[in-house]
Amino acid sequence: MGVIKSIEELEKIRDQARELINLRKDNENKTRIVVGMGTCGISAGAREVLMAILDEIKKRNLTDVVVTETGCIGMCRFEPLVDVIKPNQPKVTYVNVNPEKARQIVARHVVNNQVIDEWVIPNI
Amino acid sequence: MEFYRAHVLVCRGTGCTASGSEPVMEAFEKEIEKRGLSKEVKVLLTGCLGLCELGPNIIIYPEGTYYCKVKVEDVPEIVEEHLVKGRIVERLLYKERTAEERMRALTDINFYKRQKRIALRNCGLINPEVIEEYIANDGYRALAKVLTEMTPQQVIDEVTKSGLRGRGGGGFPTGKKWQFAKDAPGDVKYVVCNGDEGDPGAFMDRSILEGDPHTVLEAMAIAGYAIGAKEGYIYVRAEYPLAVKRLEIAIEQARERGLLGKNILGTGFDFDIFLRLGSGAFVCGEETALLASIEGRRGEPRPRPPFPAVEGLWGKPTLINNVETFANIPPIILNGAEWFASIGTERSKGTKVFAIGGKINNTGLVEIPMGTTLREVIYDIGGGIPNGKKFKAVQTGGPSGGCIPAELLDMPIEYDTLTQAGSMMGSGGMIVMDEDTCMVDIAKFFLTFTQDESCGKCPPCRIGTKRMLEILERITNGEGREGDIELLETLARNIKASALCGLGQTAPNPVLSTLRYFRHEYEAHIKEKKCPAGACRALISYEIIAEKCKGCGLCAKVCPVGAISGERRQPHVIDKEKCIKCNSCIERCPFGAIVKK
Repeated sequence: MGVIKSIEELEKIRDQARELINLRKDNENKTRIVVGMGTCGISAGAREVLMAILDEIKKRNLTDVVVTETGCIGMCRFEPLVDVIKPNQPKVTYVNVNPEKARQIVARHVVNNQVIDEWVIPNI
Repeated sequence: MEFYRAHVLVCRGTGCTASGSEPVMEAFEKEIEKRGLSKEVKVLLTGCLGLCELGPNIIIYPEGTYYCKVKVEDVPEIVEEHLVKGRIVERLLYKERTAEERMRALTDINFYKRQKRIALRNCGLINPEVIEEYIANDGYRALAKVLTEMTPQQVIDEVTKSGLRGRGGGGFPTGKKWQFAKDAPGDVKYVVCNGDEGDPGAFMDRSILEGDPHTVLEAMAIAGYAIGAKEGYIYVRAEYPLAVKRLEIAIEQARERGLLGKNILGTGFDFDIFLRLGSGAFVCGEETALLASIEGRRGEPRPRPPFPAVEGLWGKPTLINNVETFANIPPIILNGAEWFASIGTERSKGTKVFAIGGKINNTGLVEIPMGTTLREVIYDIGGGIPNGKKFKAVQTGGPSGGCIPAELLDMPIEYDTLTQAGSMMGSGGMIVMDEDTCMVDIAKFFLTFTQDESCGKCPPCRIGTKRMLEILERITNGEGREGDIELLETLARNIKASALCGLGQTAPNPVLSTLRYFRHEYEAHIKEKKCPAGACRALISYEIIAEKCKGCGLCAKVCPVGAISGERRQPHVIDKEKCIKCNSCIERCPFGAIVKK
């Protein structure tokens, strides 16, 4: 903590500090990543998937993303399941996600807006 | 910086702290640590959310889920279900009284939907003990803006154009006050923040100081720049220990960051702020008494003029504004006067914070646009009157205000409409009364308060309010005489015209307004020796309706003085000589056979 000597410095600190409260504002306009964390999801490795997603977001310094969990939706054999919901776009559900896939989902879908078709839920 | 996927905000205002939010917060920290979630989930404290009735209140982001009445035992379940598995703990959600389903997010519930939070914008959103959180939400940008882009006169013009009026009681135009202080000759000037919140039941200033202390510091620095002052004082009650603590932290952090002190933001502007603690005398909310108290003298008012803007603290020109007034300043500077003036009504701009209490379901703190009707506040936001009782009146403006009856419920809330109705905006206390409230008794209650708080300097207030109180006591004891009402009116008029300060000048208001709308209740007390609401003990008696009484004997058992007798399965009777009117028998009777008359 140092003295803020100019308006420019104040602006800089504000931009950095925004991350502190970002999670509490404008959440309806952010991309949502939802990880299935029912008993089935957890035993299939959802916890590691979640950690990988959080780590990737931190590394990439993403601010317009929220990560939440959800319970079992009944497709336990496809767990871990991860939904990506971009604002004003339909939900995309990925199946059998592992930490490596999770990182790629963040990189390719969340950041670069490209749906990874081969991992998306099959039409059953 | 760590990326936290969830924030758990625990309300640590005075209300929720009193209902036990501190151990709840510790339980969250422990449980999250135990589950190894410390790097993903952050627990932090925040200021008042307003629904103090339902505390301890918790909000979990990013969902914005609002849990109320959370106990330490509930914490493991919330962590397991919500934070690990993503399942909302339905049983702890807020339940709207009118709807079946429970509301998930704070923003969905009626109590919040109708509010517009400007002064309270950061309360319940940021951690008040971390200056960066305030800066993150545009904090100190308004100060930066005035120091670099505006002249002092432009700042005052902006405040004047916004139409902001004092939120502490009188409703004096804020811009005009700033102009007077700027125009007053003198090199040394002061800015003072009036945090001596004294109205019974009002706690908006405390909540702002606790939940967003930096906004007051920033606004005072802006005012200092505008009027040419280098020092500011915050006068806050010593019985607000949490507000004092948060202010101390905030001042310390602002100094460390160079946002208070010398050469702020490299602009050459110097400004610093000091705390002064008051000892809780109501009269010290009056500006001249407050100044005397800061100077270390006895808290007594003096005649005005000279007004503090000309001759204030230590004889120097001084600007005094209330906490809530200051809290509106940074948003006005950032968003512009037009934005602020577009909210509210023609003569009352912006929003006002009200502390709703009394016979109402959702007691708490709300900020509404001016012009909202009393009905909307009491029924839509406040959730109506408990136990199916009928609304009788609402008291606004605290001991200086008056009672507004049911006929005026659709009146929009503005400075002038409230004054015309015989009440006032005051600092924003709002006490709701139902059919069981006696209006003479209420007038007596408020007059007891002002009489007690009268500083005794001027005779109209010292002696006049005492005489009025004696008459009210006489009336409620069933000893009212012909002519008492007229005598009350004469005394009230004289005190209003001749008392030295606002305390005395407004002290008769509760009596005058109840006389205006509920004169028949006074008359019933005096002429018929009856209290229509059944509240004044000396004027009521208890009776058993023989037809309804089944002779079960429960009332006789519960009566502490043995005043009820009768044979089993036969109607009982109350001995009025022995009866002490404790109400126990009415509460016990399963058949509603006992009545007050």
